[in-house]
Amino acid sequence: MSLWEFIEGRYDDLLQAGFDHIWLVGLSVLLCTVIGVGLGVATYQTNRPREIVLAVTSTFLTVPSFALFVLLIPPLGIGAPPVILALTMYGLLPVVRNTITGLREVDPSIVESAKGMGLGRAQRLTKIELPLAWPVIVTGVRVSALILVGIATIGAIVDGPGYGEFIFNGLARVGSPVAVNLVLAGMIGVIVVAIIFDVFFAVIAKLTTSRGIR
Amino acid sequence: MTNFGTVDGTAGRIMIRLENLRKEYPKEPKPAVDDLTLEIPEGEIVILVGPSGCGKTTTMKMINRIIEPTSGRIVVDDKDVTHEDPDQLRRRIGYVIQQIGLFPHQTIAENIATVPKLLGWDAKRIDARIDELLETVSMSPATYRNRYPKQLSGGQRQRVGVARALSGDPAVMLMDEPFGAIDPITRDRLQNEFLRLQAEVRKTIVFVTHDIDEAIKMGDRIAILEEGSRIAQYDTPEQILTAPASDFVADFIGAGASLKRLNLSRVRDIQLTEWPTVARNADGAAVLDALRASDKGCALVLDEQRRPCRWVSAADVQRGDGRAIDEIGLPPDAVVEPQATLNDALNELITANYSVAIVVDAAGVYQGIVDIDHINEAIRGMRTAARAKARAGLVEDRDEDLLTKGTTT
Ligand SMILES: Nc1ncnc2c1ncn2[C@@H]1O[C@H](COP(=O)(O)OP(=O)(O)O)[C@@H](O)[C@H]1O
Ligand SMILES: [Mg+2]
Repeated sequence: MSLWEFIEGRYDDLLQAGFDHIWLVGLSVLLCTVIGVGLGVATYQTNRPREIVLAVTSTFLTVPSFALFVLLIPPLGIGAPPVILALTMYGLLPVVRNTITGLREVDPSIVESAKGMGLGRAQRLTKIELPLAWPVIVTGVRVSALILVGIATIGAIVDGPGYGEFIFNGLARVGSPVAVNLVLAGMIGVIVVAIIFDVFFAVIAKLTTSRGIR
Repeated sequence: MTNFGTVDGTAGRIMIRLENLRKEYPKEPKPAVDDLTLEIPEGEIVILVGPSGCGKTTTMKMINRIIEPTSGRIVVDDKDVTHEDPDQLRRRIGYVIQQIGLFPHQTIAENIATVPKLLGWDAKRIDARIDELLETVSMSPATYRNRYPKQLSGGQRQRVGVARALSGDPAVMLMDEPFGAIDPITRDRLQNEFLRLQAEVRKTIVFVTHDIDEAIKMGDRIAILEEGSRIAQYDTPEQILTAPASDFVADFIGAGASLKRLNLSRVRDIQLTEWPTVARNADGAAVLDALRASDKGCALVLDEQRRPCRWVSAADVQRGDGRAIDEIGLPPDAVVEPQATLNDALNELITANYSVAIVVDAAGVYQGIVDIDHINEAIRGMRTAARAKARAGLVEDRDEDLLTKGTTT
């Protein structure tokens, strides 16, 4: 059976896996963004807390994903919950780091003139600093999404949804004729999802960044 | 040691009063501002000038509490603002810094609307204000409203910075080296524009610079500061140039106090010279007639709107062989407007073909001529006047001494 025939035959399953993969990663990226931007905003002006947040989120990335998924079974069981938690942990660093970098790179004289005009702390943050840091933050989110699309496949070992299922099924049947098709179809699916996310965030970045700083 | 800068009764109402204002930075052995008391009269441009690091910026930024004083009081418009909500205070004080700090992600209109929005103005009023301010700083609203800061030149950004600082119609403006980062030619133009604007709006302005020439040109009153924001002299530019209070002040003014005085007078303040002029449609004979009737070597050709278009001498007419008089001679160089300083005029006429500067009004219409003799005379006049005033000041002081002695004995 050719790869093309295989894909045609399993089209519905593949499409379903694609949707699963996308919402799994999408939800995790959303959590990363909310938590990551929050942590960045809370710590960018202070030295110690900033270093701690960066150190901790970097450490998350060094934990082997395989091990982390398995470790999360006792508290969270199998399926989507442990995968989402693990992905959120992995995706934090790019978002936090870019939020901190973006905010710290805002020209101090711009912030000072905002202050001098009577914008309060919260107004300076929401009207001046975050919009100016935004392109850098979106880049962090985009990087995070691409990392998570890959790692999400490994979530299949704890029965997480998405294309990982296909790849793991294929690996379990190495030698049988269908194995290569399973792995290839899973890989293609992952690549398509990655492209979808990349295009999505490129469009978001374009739409949400002021023409004045493009 | 006392550190006082007060003004005499001839000045207007006091708009800003700093009382024993002090700023100590952590880990710095000496205070950046050492118990400064300074009175700033309403409607004047008061310049804080002094060497780098003497505390000018720190002093200025304590007025809108960007920097919080260690001790002392700040009174603005008869109200103690030392402990007022700083955001409310800042909305009533215009603020311009050297880097300007326009918001790059907002259009020019949005930038200017910042303070009016904070003050809760309605959209229509804000819109009208944006147009009005852009007109005020000579930028066409239709062209610039929706541009972004990156689409403007340095000089235009600076103008928008001023417009933005004026947007909430504050009584007080703080300006920290506002023209510091701009090329000298544009700076001169912006300074002149700003003075013209100030003549209309009459704000109380605290203006920081390290450039004594800028201080003399822009200031109604100058505070020359030494380290620790200690006042070396607080006086009008004329008095500072004529009677420096100490060696520090004299050194700071540097050489050429007389020449610097040229920045104090404007072309419109002096009597212009009469000069032979001829209309463009006249012929060479008319030029020769005009020249014969005067002691000048050349005549100025004016067009139908009386705008200068050519210098023509008798030799030009002879060489011209009957060509039209606006095709012979030399182009009219060294053109200045009445609000130009004598220093500007001098700079122009030194390099001019006939060593005179042509004065025109805003529409370019010929008004008269400035030559070097005028400038000389003006310098002499100013020096005499300033000396007389300095002497009068001394006499007054002595009278006061006698008076106080009289009452105590
Ligand atoms: N944030 C700060 N921390 C410590 N010292 C400062 C700070 N800002 C200014 N200073 C010091 O205070 C003095 C006055 O500085 P400043 O007001 O900026 O001077 P100026 O504007 O006259 O150049 C300088 O000696 C400067 O080094
Ligand atoms: Mg300074």
